[in-house]
Amino acid sequence: MNTKLIPIIGMEIHIEPNTKSKMFCACPQDHFGKAPNTQVCPICLGLPGALPFANYEGIAKTVKLGLALGSKISEFSKFYRKNYFYPDLPKGFQTSQLDSPFCVGGSLNGFAINHIHLEEDAGKLVHETIDGKKCSLVDFNRSGCALIELVTEPVFHDIPSVISFVKELQLVARYIDISGADMEKGSMRLEANISLSEEEKVKSGELPNYKVELKNINSFKFLEKAVSAEIKRQTEAIERGEVLVQETRGYDEVKQSTFSQRSKADAHDYRYFPEADLPPIELTKSQIANIKSQIPELPESKRKRFEEEYKLSKDFADILVSEKARSDYFEEAVKLGQGSSPSAKTVADLMINKKLDEQFPEPAGLVKKIVELTKVEYASTEEVENAVKSVLIENEKAVADYKGGNGNVIGFLIGMTQKKLQGKGSSQIVREKLLEGIQK
Amino acid sequence: MAKLSKADVEHVAGLAKLDLTETEINKFLPQLSQILEHVGELGKVDTTDLAPTSQTTGLTNVFREDEVKPSSIDLDGALSGTDNTFNGYFKVEAILTERTDK
Repeated sequence: MNTKLIPIIGMEIHIEPNTKSKMFCACPQDHFGKAPNTQVCPICLGLPGALPFANYEGIAKTVKLGLALGSKISEFSKFYRKNYFYPDLPKGFQTSQLDSPFCVGGSLNGFAINHIHLEEDAGKLVHETIDGKKCSLVDFNRSGCALIELVTEPVFHDIPSVISFVKELQLVARYIDISGADMEKGSMRLEANISLSEEEKVKSGELPNYKVELKNINSFKFLEKAVSAEIKRQTEAIERGEVLVQETRGYDEVKQSTFSQRSKADAHDYRYFPEADLPPIELTKSQIANIKSQIPELPESKRKRFEEEYKLSKDFADILVSEKARSDYFEEAVKLGQGSSPSAKTVADLMINKKLDEQFPEPAGLVKKIVELTKVEYASTEEVENAVKSVLIENEKAVADYKGGNGNVIGFLIGMTQKKLQGKGSSQIVREKLLEGIQK
Repeated sequence: MAKLSKADVEHVAGLAKLDLTETEINKFLPQLSQILEHVGELGKVDTTDLAPTSQTTGLTNVFREDEVKPSSIDLDGALSGTDNTFNGYFKVEAILTERTDK
């Protein structure tokens, strides 16, 4: 193979929003670490006759994410039934969306988003061996929980771009307070669609006739390993002249390779149809405007602002902005410290390199500490020069005395300068600058 | 309306997780075709000036407050429909413990 092969990657990212209740019933949304099947009701267990009832907060949080990422919000949306059988899906269908997702388009880090839709989560499966027999255990606490799915266009061609996209999305979700987006707790889950194509075809926008879906990626590290293992597998297969097929694969951490879970032969036929139990949704302009008004400054613009407004380095801005609470703490500390000397850079430095924000839960505590620390620090050369300048002007007689041979007067002048500097001048520098000033 | 083939019936049965015998397939093939033909009659109605809809109630925006309310079903109630339980879980046959690419 002479032509260069380029990976084409699209991401499907699931985020569980931090609503209080599930999407279509009043059971709790937060299921992490709860005893199995203790947060269930006839609706999320899929019992016959149960009527789902949409949680507006779930919709609002989906729309909020769309607005933060520049998506177009659909004025008319509806839910669909996506039919398939699996033990974690008690109704035999998942309530999801199809042709009218809440958010269409948008982008993040310059990568295009296809759409963002809202659906319900499935139950959780635990695989166990009981009495020597392999079996699966089902917990429906997660069944019916609100679940936001963001689908990107197949626009990634390298792994670092994928990872920075996903990390930025996680940060945005936290900033706009729609989810903790915690991979360990499963409130953010990733799937990657991967195929390879020749460079020329990629440039002309032609997509390959297959894609491999990598499922259940639950950490950034895992994402990197699984995607690179899959790219390697596909590259080798193409080099051997094999034809790659559409399939779902998992990643084996031990073997560091991917394995097939489902092939095209049993590809899904979901028979989507509109969910007649849930009336369609028409969002008004004022509802959308109201949601938009709750979106705070987003990480990207905050980083830029921190660099410009506080003259922070890119690294410092990145670190502070990577946690919303920490960036708020920083700004609060800078505001409180105004007038009492610590510069924004000093605050950032003490937070990042000395982790002083961990010692002081309140920014005011940090500022007090900084003032204490800076008291023993000396005034800047510029401050000394300014103080000296005015002392020399105000004390013409003493200056004349000194020039006339009374060397002791220098002590008086040093005292006057220190008074102006509130005792923070280095006596050596003050003396130096005074002598320089007098010689002029 | 195109006539159903035997493969169509097998496909639909597969989606519904039904194992049909040869006799059953031959029995259902004409029945399903008839149903399709009957529903196909709707295709004759002129719908040029009608807006598509997916529901008949005319309702929109039926929402619920985001509140947790006590469930009418506790753990015992949830598991009461089956004997196959383990430590509060529903127990089913192993899923995805065997690789399908073998």
